[in-house]
Amino acid sequence: MLLLGLILLPLFGALAAFATRSARVRPLVVAGIALLHLGGVLAVRTGDSSLGGWFAADALGHLILVVVSVLFTLCALYGVEYLRIRSERPNLVFCVCLLTFLSMTTAISVAQHLAVVWVAVEGATLSTAVLIYFNHNARSLEAAWKYLMIGSVGIALALLGSLFVAYAALSGASGDESLLFASLLEHAGGLSRPWLRAGFVLLVVGYGTKMGLAPMHTWKPDAYGEAPGIIGALLAGGMTNCAFLALLRVYRVMQAAGEGAFARELFIGFGLVSMAVAAAFMAGQRDFKRMLAYSSVEHMGILVIGIGVGGLAVVGALLHVINNALTKVVLFLSAGNIHRAYGSKSIDKVSGALRRVPLSGALFLAGFLAITGSPPFGPFISEFTILSGAMTGGHFVVAALFLVFLVIIFIGMGATVLAVVQGPVSPAGATTDFQDSFWKVAPMLAALTMVVVMGVWIPDAVYDLVVTAARTLEGAS
Amino acid sequence: MREVASSLLILAVAMNFLALGSSNLRACIRAAALQGFFVSVFPLFFSPEPSARLVGLVIVAGIVKAFVIPGMLVKALREVHIQHEMEPYLGLVPSVLLLAVGTGGAALFAGRLPLTPSHRDLLVVPVALATLFAGFLLLTTRRKAISQVTGYLILENGIFVFAQLLHEAMPTLVEVGVLLDLLVGIFVMGIVMNHIQREFGSLDTERLSELRD
Repeated sequence: MLLLGLILLPLFGALAAFATRSARVRPLVVAGIALLHLGGVLAVRTGDSSLGGWFAADALGHLILVVVSVLFTLCALYGVEYLRIRSERPNLVFCVCLLTFLSMTTAISVAQHLAVVWVAVEGATLSTAVLIYFNHNARSLEAAWKYLMIGSVGIALALLGSLFVAYAALSGASGDESLLFASLLEHAGGLSRPWLRAGFVLLVVGYGTKMGLAPMHTWKPDAYGEAPGIIGALLAGGMTNCAFLALLRVYRVMQAAGEGAFARELFIGFGLVSMAVAAAFMAGQRDFKRMLAYSSVEHMGILVIGIGVGGLAVVGALLHVINNALTKVVLFLSAGNIHRAYGSKSIDKVSGALRRVPLSGALFLAGFLAITGSPPFGPFISEFTILSGAMTGGHFVVAALFLVFLVIIFIGMGATVLAVVQGPVSPAGATTDFQDSFWKVAPMLAALTMVVVMGVWIPDAVYDLVVTAARTLEGAS
Repeated sequence: MREVASSLLILAVAMNFLALGSSNLRACIRAAALQGFFVSVFPLFFSPEPSARLVGLVIVAGIVKAFVIPGMLVKALREVHIQHEMEPYLGLVPSVLLLAVGTGGAALFAGRLPLTPSHRDLLVVPVALATLFAGFLLLTTRRKAISQVTGYLILENGIFVFAQLLHEAMPTLVEVGVLLDLLVGIFVMGIVMNHIQREFGSLDTERLSELRD
């Protein structure tokens, strides 16, 4: 029942937040629920299940569940201080939607039914659309509308894809109609191939839209650029990873049905296009929050390339899920602080962040070094593992392109980041009285510490979970 | 019974043309509402022996698709004082012609799909695909936010038709969840539309063009 409790807890929390009349207490409710949720998640053991197998924590889902919960807790702790300095905006709807988002992402992590996954992804999408619109101005309105429209079409295609996979089970040889993943895997050999393939393509496009794989990524720069940093972090490390998990679950069915090669080619194609698009748009990007959106497109590309290459790279991709999520916390929250300190997110107006907000500036720089794969941070290990997986697997062209894109992105992103942190403080820095403080920085420091730990010594429990999860994905290959 | 089901599906396809071919937004919403009614009722005649669960689904889907959502859209329309879709990205006549081609294509394509014997010679798959295509056209070629939302509604109608092939395999909870998501989705879109109207004094999504690289 633990898993069901973890899905319901944030929903009750949302009710509690709704009933809380004080705008200053409400963010504390969110943070309290987040900590309780994290405590519950740490008690989950791989293999737990609820509701007769509809919800179960297999290794893969368990991994994503932990990532989502840690990420949400860090963001919620930061959120207390953030919402205090943004006390001019009502936060009732914001807090309710944050907790709904936590409930939905928890449900995605442990849902074992093809259609339940879809319902939860849609729920998470709708709650984030509201969160993106927090600032209630013309720009955030535009971003929320585009997110809703592009996301809704994506999610509709994912529903159609799910139905196609279901039809593959219905019209296949087995005649078994259950849409539980365990049952689909068991009868995979009897699934109707054309329907399964068509369904998978639709699901890649649909959930790929949620992940922000190019060319379905167009909502991302707008949403990440206009939403508060905390929402950027939750989208880039939470929503996208949940959509990735949904894809991995269907990928397992493809593998079991003997269609793994087809799926892997598709993954590699979308992955390389995503990295190429990110490289092209990151160069010369003047808005540092939009830049982070393209970084997210890049890293989603890296994830699917890792799965597409297979073998050792699968371990790398799953490690990268953790590293990317934690590093994105550092990047988005520090970018948010810098944005607050200058009242602008364009490098035309922002420079000298290391002097203006020394801790946030330094963390932004460290986050940049980490996400671009510099040692001793975690992403170095995971990207290196994917690269060596590609080399040992004989994917030399993929490996070469992967490296070239990483270098281009390092240079492009570096130019923007250095412009933000270096130099004298620009005049815009004097327009606000924002200062670094403990709660504005501590969640980022915690995330960065974990990123460093993942880079120098991966804890056994984490490594075991990743390897177990990777093994389930390599099954047939 | 199957003849009635087929007639309902043909009517649903006709609504695609009506929705795409009229510049009057109210007529467009009405076409989507009628279509919602046709596709919600058709499972009653499609299923060999309708169960209580199916009847329940038909009632809920009918209320949501034919009354509640169109009602919300008409209310939104009344608040913004607009009646016509001006200058769509693709003209009315070309878009109707495109839909005709797409509907024909859907029929040809559906004929090639490997359907189970009991589903062959049925209109379900071609109608679902054609309706999806119509919704997609409306969503991408119109400027007014309200037309785009109507397009989304029609797209979901197409998926609903296809889903009836799988009614037996879908747990009730999931079917209700899908409908609930649709309802909440359109509700959120309605709120955002309301804010767009207030912020920009128009529902023209052309105005939403400030964010770019």
